[in-house]
Amino acid sequence: MSTTPTSAEQPQVGTARVKRGMAEQLKGGVIMDVVNAEQAKIAEDAGAVAVMALERVPADIRKDGGVARMSDPNMIEEIIGAVSIPVMAKSRIGHFVEAQVLQSLGVDYIDESEVLTPADEVNHSDKWAFTTPFVCGATNLGEALRRIAEGAAMIRSKGEAGTGNVVEAVRHLRQIKNEIAKLRGFDNNELYAAAKELRAPYELVREVAELGKLPVVLFSAGGVATPADAALMRQLGAEGVFVGSGIFKSGDPAKRAAAIVKATTFYDDPKIIADASRNLGEAMVGINCDTLPETERYANRGW
Amino acid sequence: MSTPTIGVLALQGDVREHLVALAAADALARPVRRPEELAEVDALVMPGGESTTISKLAVLFGLMEPLRERVAAGMPVYGTCAGMIMLADKILDGRDDQETVGGIDMTVRRNAFGRQNESFETAIPFAGLAGDPVTGVFIRAPWVEAVGAGVEVLAEVPAADGPDARIVAVRQGNLLATSFHPELTGDHRVHEYFVRMVEAAAR
Repeated sequence: MSTTPTSAEQPQVGTARVKRGMAEQLKGGVIMDVVNAEQAKIAEDAGAVAVMALERVPADIRKDGGVARMSDPNMIEEIIGAVSIPVMAKSRIGHFVEAQVLQSLGVDYIDESEVLTPADEVNHSDKWAFTTPFVCGATNLGEALRRIAEGAAMIRSKGEAGTGNVVEAVRHLRQIKNEIAKLRGFDNNELYAAAKELRAPYELVREVAELGKLPVVLFSAGGVATPADAALMRQLGAEGVFVGSGIFKSGDPAKRAAAIVKATTFYDDPKIIADASRNLGEAMVGINCDTLPETERYANRGW
Repeated sequence: MSTPTIGVLALQGDVREHLVALAAADALARPVRRPEELAEVDALVMPGGESTTISKLAVLFGLMEPLRERVAAGMPVYGTCAGMIMLADKILDGRDDQETVGGIDMTVRRNAFGRQNESFETAIPFAGLAGDPVTGVFIRAPWVEAVGAGVEVLAEVPAADGPDARIVAVRQGNLLATSFHPELTGDHRVHEYFVRMVEAAAR
């Protein structure tokens, strides 16, 4: 009997392929904000591909004010124990110790999120230093590529969380897609100046120009409240959606959650979106973004 | 035969990567979300993704029964990760109400290799594939806990905690399943293997 291992290579965890590959598995799906185990189960029942565990949904963070931080580890562990789908959790921007804590809890993805109060107004966390993959928000291509350079394995367009208003989500996703399309038309001479303009590493800029897409999965977030909103973001090129306050701040969360899942899969089929949109009860009230003061815009956080 | 048309179940998951890999393996690949689209393909890939979501959507949109009928009628199917779970006659650690298409006489344990922090890649010899081992990318991956007499084991990885090996690739008749994701590696040999299965089934 030989005891030689079947492979000379030892298994490797936390590789870029394993981190980015995890996000590939979430594509076409809906990731839902939940604040307790009961909501997490409702989300899983509705067909969510993952849940985001946090103490307050963004709409409540807006209402309550004050400093928003990483959630209580007990609450995150309860949610991990309650569902079999992946669980994500948020750290503050640049708060790499919160991220270390989240990794130790075994969360499946860390969202370095502008919805929480930033801990560092210059630096984001070095995400290569972690086994757990990170998702980060972006309002434009340069911001997305800076996050990827820092090790983000997934990007979400930021939108404006906690508003129930899709306008900023549309703006940011269109911005990212337009800038990618523009790069496609550049010749090699122009890519260096483009990298300078975007304030992003040249290698990543060239990769995007060649692929015609980000090298990681791109979701949309921040303002999705209805099945049609989710389908809109998909038709605009998002590979999936995060829904924050939109579900559990509505009249019938279980029904709305299931409806948004259906509309995300059949985003190009208006009949199915129409059926999914029937009798959902009240949507979250929402905020008009043009009346939102600059200081209360979460999308401005991150650099 | 002419080039086979192979669908990729596109309810949720890494559909795009499978479409690319199948095209590279000289098949005509197209997404399948509806029963009438399923009826038009010669074979099917069930991608990686969240198996509870895929199962729920398959039931809701009337695909589960047609899928079972096609599998029973001999349609070749390849499932990766969540797709492997969908092909299992029996699953462990699934949701109580989680349905599978079934077809392979095996018991699959969901998320058996652990959470994302335990996700890994490693080189694995794959029976029937010439050349180097394949790179197995395992993401919150299932393993096959038990197989019936008619199931051929194609690949295993050493268990982390003992002398046993874990079964991570199997074939039974026209059905193929892997715990890992060849579609994420750019190495299309497993997809070529499946395309050859599809061509043989058509003869």
